[in-house]
Amino acid sequence: MIKIANISKWYGQFRVLTDCSTQITKGEVVVVCGPSGSGKSTLIKCVNGLEPFQQGDIIVNDISIGDPKTNLPQLRAHVGMVFQHFELFPHMTITQNLTIGQVKVLGRSKDEAHQRALQLLDRVGLNSQADKFPGQLSGGQQQRVAIARALAMDPICMLFDEPTSALDPEMINEVLDVMVGLANEGMTMMVVSHEMGFARKVANRVIFMDNGSIVEDAATEEFFGTPRSERAQLFLSKILSH
Amino acid sequence: MNYHWNWGIFLQQVQSGDETYLDWLISGLGWTVAVALAAWLIALVLGSLIGTLRTVPNRGLAMVATAHVELFRNIPLLVQLLLWFFVVPELLPRDLSLWVKQDMPAKEFFTAVICLGLFTSARVAEQVRAGIQSLSRGQKMAGLAIGFTLPQTYRYVLLPMAFRIIIPPLTSEFMNIIKNSSVAFAIGVLELTFQARQMQEDSEQGIETYLAVTLLYFIVAFSANRGMALIERRTRVPGYIGGAK
Repeated sequence: MIKIANISKWYGQFRVLTDCSTQITKGEVVVVCGPSGSGKSTLIKCVNGLEPFQQGDIIVNDISIGDPKTNLPQLRAHVGMVFQHFELFPHMTITQNLTIGQVKVLGRSKDEAHQRALQLLDRVGLNSQADKFPGQLSGGQQQRVAIARALAMDPICMLFDEPTSALDPEMINEVLDVMVGLANEGMTMMVVSHEMGFARKVANRVIFMDNGSIVEDAATEEFFGTPRSERAQLFLSKILSH
Repeated sequence: MNYHWNWGIFLQQVQSGDETYLDWLISGLGWTVAVALAAWLIALVLGSLIGTLRTVPNRGLAMVATAHVELFRNIPLLVQLLLWFFVVPELLPRDLSLWVKQDMPAKEFFTAVICLGLFTSARVAEQVRAGIQSLSRGQKMAGLAIGFTLPQTYRYVLLPMAFRIIIPPLTSEFMNIIKNSSVAFAIGVLELTFQARQMQEDSEQGIETYLAVTLLYFIVAFSANRGMALIERRTRVPGYIGGAK
């Protein structure tokens, strides 16, 4: 489904990604973790071409992201993305946030898009907020709307870029619950996150990044059992000690 | 002060004709509003386009837009007006140049509108650019991520918020264009300032004349400001910073 092959990226002289390679097969859930500045957010944004890269290639559903001839908007329409800071469109109601992409990109009728939006709001438990604006919702609610917005496009896979790290602790679980539900339904997911509980529960694999490189790429049990690199062990000991 | 006040002067007839001075001022006010509104249309449309182009990834387009802004905001307005009126027609191809100089209808009016429109477009462009750049990078990414093209991302995501944010400076700009339209008297547009000078000379009641004109400008600019305030209230986003709760 997603094949990342020898990706390298520079900001000017500064190298932010070094020769990263991995694969995510259909239905797999992969969690990417690592210290801040390790390049994990940059890597996930390369997957749908939001960040350009200078070397290597990424293949999503047999389409090359690096190929300048690729129709990126068309591809992105089917790759759902959820951001750290939600990034809902503040001037639109919750329903409009969910319908605009369906209507303008997928060409669905307004009625059809509206139906789908309500169905998804129901799923994330937010029917009652349909006519409110993003600024009137809590962080956790906004992030659930953001997930619903991505799902409204019927994505073939979902990318999550630190979906819970801007949330108050009490709101983290309502978002993780939705994500666990998705994972259990067989959605292909790449999740940049420090939620190790979530990783243990649903991830098939965990990738550990440091300094722009993929240091560990192991099955979940293996990762939490005996991470091979010293750096990953140190990282885990720091975040799991409480 | 030894001044002969005569507030009744406005209803008196002008020296040569059966109009009153009030007729002159009202006709001047009409031209002022016409110049300002027509120029504002150009400024808003062109300024939005240029301001948007200054933020796009394409370097060539961004450079053209930057050049536009720098050209029109680094030369005094009055000098620009005289350039448009006296110099530009000379630089046109011969036939066109002749037509502009001899046959073009309402030449002074259109020259003033184009000049003021372009001058203000540079200022509007900077405000639009500031509005777009005040939005988080994530907003653009979120637009692109659901499959919008870059123009769609601007149309549906970035510009609606950017314009809401810049309504207060745009209001000032709209009021400026009304007040700046007074320079058009220099090339003979029969707008309010022109009529005021004419009335002052004709009636020799300069103080009443200019006080009346001051009041008229104030009323027009203040109405514009109230109109914009209404738009600001109508477009306010619930829950957004600065919006109604």
